[in-house]
Amino acid sequence: MVLVVQKLMGLNGDEAVAYALKQINPDVVSAYPITPQTIIVERFSEYVANGEVETEFIAVESEHSALTACITAEAAGGRAFTCTAANGLAFMWEMTYIAASLRLPVVMAVANRALSAPLNIHGDHSDSMGTRDSGWIQLYCENSQEAYDTVIQAWRIGEHPEVQLPVMVCLDGFILSHTLENVMTLPDEVVKDFVGERVFSKVRGHIGEVEYRLDPEHPLTMGSMDLYDFYFEHKRQQADAMEKALPVIGEVGEEYGRISGRTYGLVDPYRLEDAEIAVVGLGSTMGTAKAVVDQLRSEGMKAGLLRIRAFRPFPTEAVIGTLSHVKSVGVLDRAMSFGALGGPLFNEVRNTFYDASRRPLISDYAYGLGGRDMSMDLLGKVFRSLEENREAGKVSEPVRYIGLRE
Amino acid sequence: MNLKEFAAQPELLASGHRLCAGCGETTTVRLVLKAVSRPTIVTTATGCLEVSTTVFPYTSWDLPWIHTAFENVAANASGIEAAFRAMRRKGRGPLAKYDHLDIIAFAGDGGTYDIGLQALSGALERGHDFVYVLLDNEAYMNTGIQRSGGTPYAAATTTSPAGKVIPGKREWKKPIDEIIIAHEIPYVATVSSAYPLDLIGKVRNGLEAEGPAFVHALVPCPRGWRFPSDQTLVMGRLAIQTCIFPLWECRFEMGRPKYSLSAPSLSIARNPKMKKPVEEYLKSQGRFSHLFRPQQRDDIIKEIQEGVDVRWERLLEKAL
Amino acid sequence: MSEQKKEPGWRELPLGGIPYKSSREYKTGDWGVLKPKVNKEKCTQCTLCHFCCPEGAIKIGQDGKPEVDYECCKGCGICAAECPVKCIMMERRS
Repeated sequence: MVLVVQKLMGLNGDEAVAYALKQINPDVVSAYPITPQTIIVERFSEYVANGEVETEFIAVESEHSALTACITAEAAGGRAFTCTAANGLAFMWEMTYIAASLRLPVVMAVANRALSAPLNIHGDHSDSMGTRDSGWIQLYCENSQEAYDTVIQAWRIGEHPEVQLPVMVCLDGFILSHTLENVMTLPDEVVKDFVGERVFSKVRGHIGEVEYRLDPEHPLTMGSMDLYDFYFEHKRQQADAMEKALPVIGEVGEEYGRISGRTYGLVDPYRLEDAEIAVVGLGSTMGTAKAVVDQLRSEGMKAGLLRIRAFRPFPTEAVIGTLSHVKSVGVLDRAMSFGALGGPLFNEVRNTFYDASRRPLISDYAYGLGGRDMSMDLLGKVFRSLEENREAGKVSEPVRYIGLRE
Repeated sequence: MNLKEFAAQPELLASGHRLCAGCGETTTVRLVLKAVSRPTIVTTATGCLEVSTTVFPYTSWDLPWIHTAFENVAANASGIEAAFRAMRRKGRGPLAKYDHLDIIAFAGDGGTYDIGLQALSGALERGHDFVYVLLDNEAYMNTGIQRSGGTPYAAATTTSPAGKVIPGKREWKKPIDEIIIAHEIPYVATVSSAYPLDLIGKVRNGLEAEGPAFVHALVPCPRGWRFPSDQTLVMGRLAIQTCIFPLWECRFEMGRPKYSLSAPSLSIARNPKMKKPVEEYLKSQGRFSHLFRPQQRDDIIKEIQEGVDVRWERLLEKAL
Repeated sequence: MSEQKKEPGWRELPLGGIPYKSSREYKTGDWGVLKPKVNKEKCTQCTLCHFCCPEGAIKIGQDGKPEVDYECCKGCGICAAECPVKCIMMERRS
């Protein structure tokens, strides 16, 4: 039951992110333009110029400085946001590790785009996959509605006292960022209430127990140097925080659902309960895949799908819980990990099932690189090959490329 | 404030850090921190100062302090400043209680001339209100004395060694001060720990300036320049007396840079006979020893003297 | 100056790698071979030794004269080199 009256707006993914940001009114937005994220910064700059937000907008001279300024703004006790894509994310790669290990809950929107070379401005997941080890929480959105909703939830997830990690909100470049959709938006006060004020943990510094932020009243040193006697322990702390994030993502998603009528979790299963074949994937393609599942169901096939929303932390239990009964699973990878057997998502999913008592057949389908379209027909081909594997009782080819000209 | 009053202030850089005995950097930083009079946040780039003062679990900073990476200290300062401004605008947030927040960014020559130039230029163009203190020891000292854009001509470093064919660094020291002045920021100055009150006064001027300020400190390094650890301030003084590193300030007023020489350099400008030959400076440092042994390289020493003379003359043209 | 007790485990360390000890606890007084000896009678209370010490090991006492903290002094000798009346002598540590 929806308790709050929402406003229907025509927004593309970038605009939806910018609008959510306007309602959140963070202290600092520091960003550098890169296709296809440019609309976020442009729209937000308009809000700033019109006095609709109180945010300090830093038109930084590079993406590296963009994330740096967000890190220190959060360290100073503010809320900071940035957005980027592809090579911009690659440029700030160093700082993604630093944001996570300094435990500063920056929120960043990534309009997923292919990495150079060759230069390609269209959507695939290679950019955010490149930072999957950095320690950020990574949430992938299926549509602009989810992008809007997730940007709002991101602050609550990252700032949670058990978590304290930065959050990456991923939306497919051009497919979501530039495509107009109907988006239900919450009223300003509801968003403000949901996000609340930032709360700080207490930490034991060299002058005593103080809030974890920079303040002349209580000196703290952030970004110290570890020798071999402490680094490992600090990294273990980050792994622990990631584990603690798993239930928090679900809790925040449920609270959001009670207000908006749209509940979110770690995974989004679709017609999986009695499925014999299923695809697993991230992002907007899963929206198309839902339509394909419906079509196949009407033809009598027991098809289903699992959209993974939280790629980091990887929802191992949820994946096993929803997929282990399925006979043949196809992983859709919109990124490649050169030299590995299959793409990043394939490696995570296969690894997840290694110790499970029931293991589906798992095969990998690389698709959509550099914005290559994944049509309903091509998805249909994927399902048919899953059916073949199911009938044969084994995987004919572990890694296949869909939509590639041979 | 006079010397006695400054001496009575608590030390904001605690002892027990791991910097070398005789290090020029800590003396400079201690003096810079004596200029702190209002709520202040400090940020530092990766380098000798940063690693040696924050060896976990110890820290020497009795001020709020943050280090993130090597090339971005100016971006660090930008983020802190922006967060403060937003909180003041909103009237809420943890730092909104301060009427003013002083921000000091420390970086070495590596983190300024080379890898940090992009972030510095961006921060200056955007006009953030902070003081950037360049701790110039003329090489990448922390990683083992490798050459930087700030290393002077003919100096021997581990990546510009004095070899049989090439006698040290072939390039001249990048004129960083001119690059900064070209950004038309309110205040630029050069300082040395050999003149403590001058240094403290200039840092105060920088903190009071509205907008970015740049303070360039020459930091002699006993280990990297190869001189005995008790000669640090002597080297600083010599650099000024030979006009290799003159002391001056430059304010950007009414569309023009206005230079003014500080007392030690002004005396030399008025009394050119006081100007010492560069050979005295070069002779006392191991990094220039190849200019004297196995044979005296008068050709290079002459080049250096001419180079220093012309830069000094250019400064006098602007300052007098 | 090494720690004798066992280091804390990952559960006990503060968030975000925050150092929890002041470096004042780390005594660097055993670094140097030489130590400054102040002749207070010759001292003219110029306070320059306080300003030139890299460690901040020289405090100016109530009498306006230097007090050396030997627990952190690294024996660099700058104070002796800078003293205008040469009232500080560097002596070999016993």
